[in-house]
Amino acid sequence: MSGAGNKRPEPVQVIKQRRDAALKALVDGIPYIRFLGIQFERRGDELTAVLPFKEELIGNPLLPALHGGVTSGFLETTAIVGLGWSMIWDEIENGDNDPADLVRQAQPKWPKTIDLTVDYLRSGLPRDAYARAEITRSGRRYASVRVEAWQDNRDRPFAQATGHFLMPDRSSG
Amino acid sequence: MTDDSTAIPPDPSKPRSPEDNDRLTRQFMDALPHAKALGLEPGSVGQGRAEFTLPYSEKLIGDPATGVLAGGAVSALLDTTCGASVISHPRSAGGTATLDLRIDYMRPATPGQSVRARAECYQVTRSVAFVRAVALDDDDDRPVASATGAFTFQARP
Repeated sequence: MSGAGNKRPEPVQVIKQRRDAALKALVDGIPYIRFLGIQFERRGDELTAVLPFKEELIGNPLLPALHGGVTSGFLETTAIVGLGWSMIWDEIENGDNDPADLVRQAQPKWPKTIDLTVDYLRSGLPRDAYARAEITRSGRRYASVRVEAWQDNRDRPFAQATGHFLMPDRSSG
Repeated sequence: MTDDSTAIPPDPSKPRSPEDNDRLTRQFMDALPHAKALGLEPGSVGQGRAEFTLPYSEKLIGDPATGVLAGGAVSALLDTTCGASVISHPRSAGGTATLDLRIDYMRPATPGQSVRARAECYQVTRSVAFVRAVALDDDDDRPVASATGAFTFQARP
């Protein structure tokens, strides 16, 4: 249950607007996300990362195939944004609608990657890719995340990854 | 499975000269649009070893509060360097793709400094190459990241 308590539920547009603004503030400030061109689509609290195809993501022009570094960067970014989003979610749900507040909440200290293991299951094709992160454990200090990326067919992932992350110290508020 | 194989025409009948290796490295780089986009610079490549440098660039920042490069950029550097070491292995017929890659991030790369990666393809079978790599900034004694991976391999006949 969210923290709405006995309050009248907010109009749906207000909720959507606030969540979308927070997501935008979370993601917009990161140059590397812009470099790869990653976008995030939101359904409630569920995020799907979208990597629209462009030429400079290619690693093998003969096949052609996505560069392995693009794939791992996409998976890692999806994992970190997923963690960041889960960190700010409650604050956003309980907060008021002050946009400045939202931006402040949405620019947290980011989790740091400890390790990332990527399985390349099949060639990344020259078309859009999608990924979702699942936080399998989130503790005070460490988090484990699983990420899966697919293209045309959700049941045929082209890469998957598991990573461990060091969570930022949030005691300083 | 994906990525790093290249346009290198294999000529299995002859051993490779250092000039061949330089040419292969250049072809390798020209063939990789993403390596170009990252600004990767090839160092020495040959005999199952490779070195590449990732110059610091603001567009690759992952944490705007600190200016630290995104892990993904370092991953791409390590993946490229590992792939180059596989292709440069004396028994390689050319071309490879990453099967898996594990990266350990020991510390953030110092903002403003280039990151250099060194990879060694230390063992090959007929179809798999095993690689390890390390990424360093200006401080040689404290690696930024290390990687171990398995790559597809085609041995020369």
